[in-house]
Amino acid sequence: MSEETLRTTEADEGREAETVDREGRLGQAAATAPGTGDAPARIQGRSPWRLAWERLRRDKVAMVSLGFIVLIVVFALLAPVMALITGHGVNQQFNDVGLTPEGLPKPPTGQFWFGTDDLGRDIFVRCAYGARISILVGVVATGFTIVVGVVLGLIAGYFGKIADTIISRIIDVVLAFPFLLFAIALVSIVGASLTVTIVVIAMFSWASVARIVRGQVLSIREREYIEAARSLGSGSTRIMFVDALPNVLAPIIVYATLLIPSVIVTEATLSFLGLGVPAPTATWGNMISEAQAGGLYQIAPWFLGFPSLLLLLLTLAFNLLGDGVRDAFDPRGDRMNQR
Amino acid sequence: MLRFLVRRVLLGVLVLFLVVTLVFALFYLYPSDVARTLAGRQATPETIALIQARLGLDQPIYVQYGRFLWGLLHGNLGYDYYHQVPVTTIIAAALPKTLSIALGASVIWLVLGVLNGVVSAVRPRSVADRTLTVFSLFFYSLPTFVLGLTLLYFLYFKLTLAGVTFFPPGGYVNLADDPGTWFRSLILPWLTLALVQAALYTRLTRGSLIDVLGEDYIRTARSKGLGEQRITYRHGLRSALTPIVTQFGIDLGVLVGGVVVTESVFGIDGLGFEAVRAINDQNSPVIIGVVIVAAAAVVVANIVVDLLYAVLDPRVRLN
Repeated sequence: MSEETLRTTEADEGREAETVDREGRLGQAAATAPGTGDAPARIQGRSPWRLAWERLRRDKVAMVSLGFIVLIVVFALLAPVMALITGHGVNQQFNDVGLTPEGLPKPPTGQFWFGTDDLGRDIFVRCAYGARISILVGVVATGFTIVVGVVLGLIAGYFGKIADTIISRIIDVVLAFPFLLFAIALVSIVGASLTVTIVVIAMFSWASVARIVRGQVLSIREREYIEAARSLGSGSTRIMFVDALPNVLAPIIVYATLLIPSVIVTEATLSFLGLGVPAPTATWGNMISEAQAGGLYQIAPWFLGFPSLLLLLLTLAFNLLGDGVRDAFDPRGDRMNQR
Repeated sequence: MLRFLVRRVLLGVLVLFLVVTLVFALFYLYPSDVARTLAGRQATPETIALIQARLGLDQPIYVQYGRFLWGLLHGNLGYDYYHQVPVTTIIAAALPKTLSIALGASVIWLVLGVLNGVVSAVRPRSVADRTLTVFSLFFYSLPTFVLGLTLLYFLYFKLTLAGVTFFPPGGYVNLADDPGTWFRSLILPWLTLALVQAALYTRLTRGSLIDVLGEDYIRTARSKGLGEQRITYRHGLRSALTPIVTQFGIDLGVLVGGVVVTESVFGIDGLGFEAVRAINDQNSPVIIGVVIVAAAAVVVANIVVDLLYAVLDPRVRLN
């Protein structure tokens, strides 16, 4: 079915939004009042996940973005291979061939594809290694954030009362914190490192997730299936994670997709300020910061340009994908591209 | 309304208290050995002990904490041993610069974001809407420091090379000294900070206004024969603005962060710049001071935003 739909919608792009909308609404109608026309029969047997995935697959912008993200991940994974192919180590300084006689960075050539930096290092290889940091921090910090946010949100929403009051107040406080300044204070004391960067980001991001999960759980807590689970003798932990969690997963996934780019930018920002992953580790933020030092980017724009462009494109790709994921899960929401 | 106000203020005070305590605890648990640094390399243990006693660093933690809080209540943020001046002096010098950047940028981002959002929402799917959508997604994905450096490269460096010396390379001039140069030196920092945020507000306003314009009372207004302008701005935008005000409250913390980055890019020695410099100097009193002042600013501004919210949306007042 999906193959067919793919072809027809590609042929008639204007109808795409309409099809998605109708299916989305019918998908919900089927759950409450089946038997409106012939469509429900066709829809039956497809889980909401399947529906969302099929909608996402038809979203060309989201698919191109996903393709680009995969490309960057491959680029990052193959960083050592890039170093091998070019024959340039990530921190290797080419004082003779990598710098002009005046000791300035060299523009892109056949030997240095993205040019060299102020120390005669290969920017292409450094970009590949920088991608590793960006993606690692993006995924790991988002993962931590989601886990902490989900657990606390579930507890607050499910148990209510004192647990809810305490957790909600903590959420309010964390959300009111000026994040970057506190990160600055923390990093200045414990020292900058990859782990600290991830912990700092997770520490300040879980609150929004917890708030979303709490709100969702509050609204489903009194539903019949939760009551049924309770009357069957399920424990609280089981109800929270087995019965409630799958039903609040959709907004979590949407939020996570949109959180990754913001985490990546935060890491780059911390590194740019000298508070993230310390030099000489190659990160995009570090490279941009080095390019800024002494106005070097004015004579060597490629030094600023390549890491900046990669950072921009990766963030853009994640944001576009996130939009697509949101539309796929909630076809009636704000459709940036099709409304 | 009064209860609402009291609750908000109490929460604000609680947040501030927690920030202050956390920051104090952080720096107490990881002492940077001020006394040893101040005493110099050849100091005897006696000298160091003397300095510690003079600074009160030999007291138990609760005494130090109490003195710290007491000082705060009297507007005393501590002493910058590194530059031999009170921290308040440093902050007083930096604050006008930071405020100039932050206020100007907020005005630009709100006006730009809301107006673009209205243009988009009034005619969804039009050429203007699609163009604005592409632009806002682009700027929304642009990290602040990348935008700042790009603006500097093209609008300062390339333009100056081309013979147009309109934008200065960075730095700051006092408003009172030379309003013209003050304005010119702030255009790029304002744009840097505003464009990224404006994108978010364009999207928010668009979504919110499209929803509102579909409401029954808008149809009623239209059937009464009101003009489109009046419907859009008086009836539609007013209730569409509430989520934007909420977002603005949340973004004040983001604004503080953005200011840190913008000041670093443009070399303006405001609060953020001082904070980053203080870290490199291991100058904890200044770090503590800046964090507390910024936290206080965010808390106060949040309360103001919440009050504004209550004015805009009567439903909030009833709860």
